[in-house]
Amino acid sequence: MNRRLFRRFKSNVMTGVLMACVLAAVLPLLFILGTLLLKGAGSLSLDFFTKMPAPAGENGGGVAHAIVGTLLMVGTACLIGIPIGIGAGVFASEYPGNRLAILSRFVADVLNGTPSIVIGVFAWTWIVARQKHFSGFAGSVALAILMVPMVMRTTEEIIKLVPHSLREAALALGYQRWRTTLQIVLLTALPGILTGALLAVARIAGETAPLLFTALGSQYMGTNLNQPMAALPLTVYTYATGPYEEWHRYAWAAALVLILMVFILNMGARFATRRMARLGG
Amino acid sequence: MAEATAAPMVAGEASVAPAVTRPRLETDKLSAMYGKFTAVKNVSLAFAPNRVHALIGPSGCGKSTFLRTLNRMHEMSEGGWITGRVLLDGEDVYASRVSAMQLRKRVGMVFQRPTPFPTMTIYENVAAGLKVSGRVKQAELRQTVERALEQAGLWNEVKDRLHQSAMALSGGQQQRLCIARTIAPAPEVILLDEPTSALDPQGTQRIEELLYQLKREFTIVIVTHNMQQAARVSDTTSFFYMGTLVESGATRQIFTAPREEQTEAYITGRFG
Repeated sequence: MNRRLFRRFKSNVMTGVLMACVLAAVLPLLFILGTLLLKGAGSLSLDFFTKMPAPAGENGGGVAHAIVGTLLMVGTACLIGIPIGIGAGVFASEYPGNRLAILSRFVADVLNGTPSIVIGVFAWTWIVARQKHFSGFAGSVALAILMVPMVMRTTEEIIKLVPHSLREAALALGYQRWRTTLQIVLLTALPGILTGALLAVARIAGETAPLLFTALGSQYMGTNLNQPMAALPLTVYTYATGPYEEWHRYAWAAALVLILMVFILNMGARFATRRMARLGG
Repeated sequence: MAEATAAPMVAGEASVAPAVTRPRLETDKLSAMYGKFTAVKNVSLAFAPNRVHALIGPSGCGKSTFLRTLNRMHEMSEGGWITGRVLLDGEDVYASRVSAMQLRKRVGMVFQRPTPFPTMTIYENVAAGLKVSGRVKQAELRQTVERALEQAGLWNEVKDRLHQSAMALSGGQQQRLCIARTIAPAPEVILLDEPTSALDPQGTQRIEELLYQLKREFTIVIVTHNMQQAARVSDTTSFFYMGTLVESGATRQIFTAPREEQTEAYITGRFG
């Protein structure tokens, strides 16, 4: 009887410890969200999403230019980064022992751990310094370089989960190897790959450092990727470090918008995956 | 009659059909290797058309590897290579002018676990092997798919949900779907690699009954670790042990009067 009580006691203590760990992990996130809502939600209005910034010292205005800039640059980064990442991932999973695959896997892991500011400096050296002007495109390239290793590694891992028997079944039906890879393996893995890609998008959407050296930021609405371009993280950075109270409030609001965008992307990824998983079985 | 043919095991029981002189599929001193390891040693075996041929033997005896050399799936395995010949209708399938893709349309294969393609519907699964060989007319495709599903004994169960995912089917249904997918492109030979080992008894029974129907049109080679199954479904049986072909003959003879001691020991359950 005593022993049973002691066991139950141990079990309860351990459960408590684990729950405390979960709380410690989740609480900061809740605090961040709470602070953002408290300080930023008050400045949110329709104008905030649709208007340009007001001149310093005046009230009103919004960050429409930064939202457009972020969408454009992240979109372009996806167009560059996702195909390259998926292609590299397919190669690495199809030829796992190939030297190039081993090398690219290693490089991808190193890149994944590289501070994003280094990528920004890299893009500055090769694009901005050569063109002699900042541009949204340079920002997109920097973001794409951040995406490639993430997308590549998730693609590879997801493809590894596709049962080998499916591949064999396709080959036994007379499928060529390329067809087996594209029509059977890649399609089966697609929901997982898309989730990985969307999570990578969510990650890069909030990057500030690589954009500081490339897109630079701008006070004007612009859709020309060849010009300096505004982005939400840059706006947060500029406003938060500016001298005006008004700017600080806008920085909070812009940060809230950014986090909401990332949140929506994440939820979208989950929803899409679940839907596709249901359709695909 | 059985003794009349040169190849050891062409003739089945005399009552099934008269002995056919020319085998559909034949191996000639076939050895199969993984790198330096030899999994199948020097096997010469012939498979007469429209019969069910069973390959039995303990795990690791090389029967599955042997089966996979027949449609050149063995060469897809890590380090897989062969010596000797495999003849389909007298033609060497390993000759350089024969493409493995073309061969596999003539020699279909069903695997141990059901392998429906998860991204495809039931209909698309059956049509998969047809579409790969080029453009087929829609109407023709529909007819072939229906016929294949009927032959696989699945039509009545799926005719109202052809365009739903194949993953909702039971294991036994999935395996019959895979059989339908295999027979849709009208191969000459069907290879089955322990097709019922992942199924329940009922699913197993359906497949066994099916084999009896299918042999009218196809030549069937089935690997099984289940001796009762071999005895029930096959016309000829070949016993493999440690990579060599120990004995081969009409199923009744193998199970009632084996010539080799090892065969007898295995079928009476003394080892394996």
